[in-house]
Amino acid sequence: MTQALVGTSVKRKEDPRFIQGRGKYVANLQLPEMAYIAVKRSPYAHARIEAIDTRAAEAMAGVLAIFTGQELIDSGVGKLPCGWVVPGCKVPTRWPVVPVGDKVRHVGDSVAVVVATSPYIAEDAVEAIEVSYTPFAAVTDAKRAMQPGQPVLHDDIPNNLSYTWALGDRPTIEQALSASAHVIKLDLTNQRLIPNAMEPRAAVAQWNAATEEMTLWTTSQNPHPIRLLLSAFTLGIPEHKLRVISPDVGGGFGSKIFHYPEEIITPWVARKINRPVKWVASRSESFVTDSHGRDHVTHAELGLDAEGHITALLVETWADHGAYLSTFAPLIPTAFYHCLLSGLYKIPLIYGITYATLTNTVPVDAYRGAGRPEAAYVVERLIDLAARKLDLDPIAFRRHNFIQPEEFPYQTPVAMLYDSGDYNRLFDKAQELSSYSELVAAREAARAQGRLVGIGVSGCIEASGPAPSKVAGALGSAVGFWESSIVRVHPSGKVSVLTGSHTHGQGHETAFAQIVADQLGVPMEDIEVIHGDTAAIPFGMGTYGSRSMAVGGSAIVKSAEKVRKKMLKIAAHQLEAAEEDLTYDFNGGGVYVKGSPSQKKSFFDLSLGAYTAHNLPDGLEPGLEEQAFYDPANFTFPNSAHICQVEIDRATGEVSVQKYYAVDDVGNVINPMLVDGQIVGGIAQGIGQALWEYGAYDESGQLLSGTFMDYAMPRADVMPAIHTARTVTPSPHNPLGVKGAGEMGTIAATVAVAHAVMDALAPLGIRHLDMPFTAEKVWSAIQEAA
Amino acid sequence: MYPSKFDYVRAQSVEEAVERTSSHSNAKLLAGGHSLIPALKLRLAQPDLLVDLGRIAALKGISRHNGTVSVGALTTHATCAASDDLPKVWSEAAGLIGDPQVRNRGTVGGNIAHADPASDLPTVLIALGAQIHVQGTAGSRAIPADEFFVDLFTTSLEEGEIITRVEVPAESNQGSAYTKVFNPASRYAILGVAAQVAIAGGVCRQLRVAAGGSTPKAIRAHHVEAALQGQPLNDTTIQHAAAAIAEDLGEEVIGDMYASAAYRRSIAAQIAARALSAAAARAR
Repeated sequence: MTQALVGTSVKRKEDPRFIQGRGKYVANLQLPEMAYIAVKRSPYAHARIEAIDTRAAEAMAGVLAIFTGQELIDSGVGKLPCGWVVPGCKVPTRWPVVPVGDKVRHVGDSVAVVVATSPYIAEDAVEAIEVSYTPFAAVTDAKRAMQPGQPVLHDDIPNNLSYTWALGDRPTIEQALSASAHVIKLDLTNQRLIPNAMEPRAAVAQWNAATEEMTLWTTSQNPHPIRLLLSAFTLGIPEHKLRVISPDVGGGFGSKIFHYPEEIITPWVARKINRPVKWVASRSESFVTDSHGRDHVTHAELGLDAEGHITALLVETWADHGAYLSTFAPLIPTAFYHCLLSGLYKIPLIYGITYATLTNTVPVDAYRGAGRPEAAYVVERLIDLAARKLDLDPIAFRRHNFIQPEEFPYQTPVAMLYDSGDYNRLFDKAQELSSYSELVAAREAARAQGRLVGIGVSGCIEASGPAPSKVAGALGSAVGFWESSIVRVHPSGKVSVLTGSHTHGQGHETAFAQIVADQLGVPMEDIEVIHGDTAAIPFGMGTYGSRSMAVGGSAIVKSAEKVRKKMLKIAAHQLEAAEEDLTYDFNGGGVYVKGSPSQKKSFFDLSLGAYTAHNLPDGLEPGLEEQAFYDPANFTFPNSAHICQVEIDRATGEVSVQKYYAVDDVGNVINPMLVDGQIVGGIAQGIGQALWEYGAYDESGQLLSGTFMDYAMPRADVMPAIHTARTVTPSPHNPLGVKGAGEMGTIAATVAVAHAVMDALAPLGIRHLDMPFTAEKVWSAIQEAA
Repeated sequence: MYPSKFDYVRAQSVEEAVERTSSHSNAKLLAGGHSLIPALKLRLAQPDLLVDLGRIAALKGISRHNGTVSVGALTTHATCAASDDLPKVWSEAAGLIGDPQVRNRGTVGGNIAHADPASDLPTVLIALGAQIHVQGTAGSRAIPADEFFVDLFTTSLEEGEIITRVEVPAESNQGSAYTKVFNPASRYAILGVAAQVAIAGGVCRQLRVAAGGSTPKAIRAHHVEAALQGQPLNDTTIQHAAAAIAEDLGEEVIGDMYASAAYRRSIAAQIAARALSAAAARAR
């Protein structure tokens, strides 16, 4: 097959509309008679609602209605479910709006809903609602939350412990550690992050009283699962009467996977008042309602034998889940975390345990990387400290412990079966790209001048493309993780590609079209990718976990292959030739008899012929449209070698990232420009976590970093030039040979920058600092070391 | 992020703006809006009337005559950053304010009227000995920068007074510089030091130093100035003088989640030394 477009940097089909401001986001929707929702939110982290006085607000001109939690419950609205329940997990009760008599459990918890004729009036009315609270002490620390005497959030969950999850045999690992020549011990935190997608969440709902059908537009990464949860658990409108549309969405990073109260409230109100309604989060609301990420406290130990081989790893983590379990929260610090603890290395024995605690903070769930960055950070910090302990170059030490190319597929002791990899080649390339030995020499020269220059290395693995549905089910998932597709060839030969994946910045409309263009031999401009509308596409699982190409793309390949086979059948019949005597002409768009190109049916002839059905083989159905569901056989395991250089200003502690080199192996690449975009954007987020970002709470449960004045996002002017390169080790188990590319940048960059900062400080005897490496933190460490 | 209800008028002249604001009990002046609009959206400010100064052409632009540079109150930071007429310390500081969007909208008058303690411009104006010209119902007056900034978000502007322009002496033989440590989130100053110096006969003359970002209002660094005035300018004298900034900052140093008061106090001498060194290099 001729590969015309796959592997090339085709410009994004979606960009002209975005660049010209013609994207259609949920907040852009205007419907006749539209009403506006604003949500009254708790200013307390932990308090009982004693009473709500809505009289003044209700009396305001333009206020249509005010609803409190009990009204929703009385009308049959259900609790928000958890979509991933691990064994023994206690799922706290979470209502879309907290009813009077119950407790608010984090600042931002929903207390009442205002519906008004304008968003201004709705906001005025929110201010006019009087709520009496009895405040309680709060707990905001993952580890402290399960200690005796701490405030308890949910009466039915003692010690705020939702579940404990462990993998491996602790006594065996402890024994192996005590028998090891060296044991590296480390206590660390992986701080809470706030996702901050560019577009805040929003919902618009329209009720059709005549047909009893509801349409919900929402900013979701996965409209079908949201429809399922709304139907089966929360809103109660059956799936065939509920259409969920997720149109253009401005970024998600995981935070738009989950089922949120406002997408229950909005359709509920639309039906109740029989008017279309809109809710759009303010940025302030995003900070206190979008699920947060990370927030681990960890103790870890790594054993080494006398030759510097790793003997065993023990990881103990307290994972803050916030006030309630967000939709996939229990997946993140369990299977997506402990199952990645083998990294790129041969580690014979691994034990991991997570204590999942509840605190008076915003729920924590998947955020770009989701468990895997936390795992990579633990493993890589230990590896770096081990190399330092043995006085070895960090890359040399890694190579000493790598899984070797001939050992794939490689079964780790933590359940994962790595599909393919060549980590030596990966690091060869990274050393070449960064001129590593020159970097090291320059660092030594700078150190001799008293400058604090450091080089950081990270070698990370990711399990992307979740997931084999059977495996997911066994691990606690309520849903499967296949993906759907339809390739629909219209009578005129134009092609619609329907996918269950959702694009919210990734560029699927381009990359998926490239695949189909090559599969069918049709030009890009004849292909349209359709996604995000449950009325238009087959049930699909959406986008997260770097799965769109490996799972969604594979489903599209399967559909396209079926279309091609059917076209060959029709052509064979019409050309009166055997199928094996035909050539599918991918460049010319059609089918001809081998050795006789004049005996040809064009793509158009065959498309039209499939629909006229005047001359089809006996028994062949008319039409040219094929559907496929693809359930992956395994995760894919992209891997990376990142190297960066930082310099620390000794006088202020400010860290500047001066050089950054990223080599990623994401298997085959469909569109190099899109992959580079994913990697570079991910690196920016990773640098953000390492140096600045921190979702900080005080002891009373107030979010200290609740605006962009206090929450430091990475900015263009502080980014280094990022040099990228790739090695290609195809995944053997999907038809495209691709691996995930969406999260690796984030996973690897946090580690690389952390190691560079630690390397810069190493001459002062500083062994470990927790992120973010703010100027004051670094400066204080320098002072203490002096 | 919806503000509470307010009325809006677009003033055609300074006189009209003075009249509108002074005759109204709860009016706010709108210039570039980069402090006011966020405050409105967060409902931290809830004025009943906004008087927009944006179309008053007389308040815009930079002019230089007879050794004085005059900057209209509605001149944007971007214009200041690109100006060759302004003392270097001002254009340098203006280029470090916020981001391009903020610099393209934010104005000199709006900035100093807001008197945010973390803002860069008050520090610069104090170092330059600026005169802030204002107009009110009782006529016009000029307020020295030293007296203009009173406290956190507080100035000596009287009710109804509007800033029309800021005047600073043009830079001739002096060198000046602004050194800033950024808050990584807001990009305001954790600490900013502005310095202007002339060198005559191999020693430091006409030294003016100010610091902001760490105190409730920007302050003149008299102790630093006294320690260096008349001294030759070298690393030793600069380091010695810069250390005196601790006395200038005094007891009321601000702290937040990115930078405690102790940290700010500790790094101040180094930041002051950098500003002094850069200013001295430009004066040579």
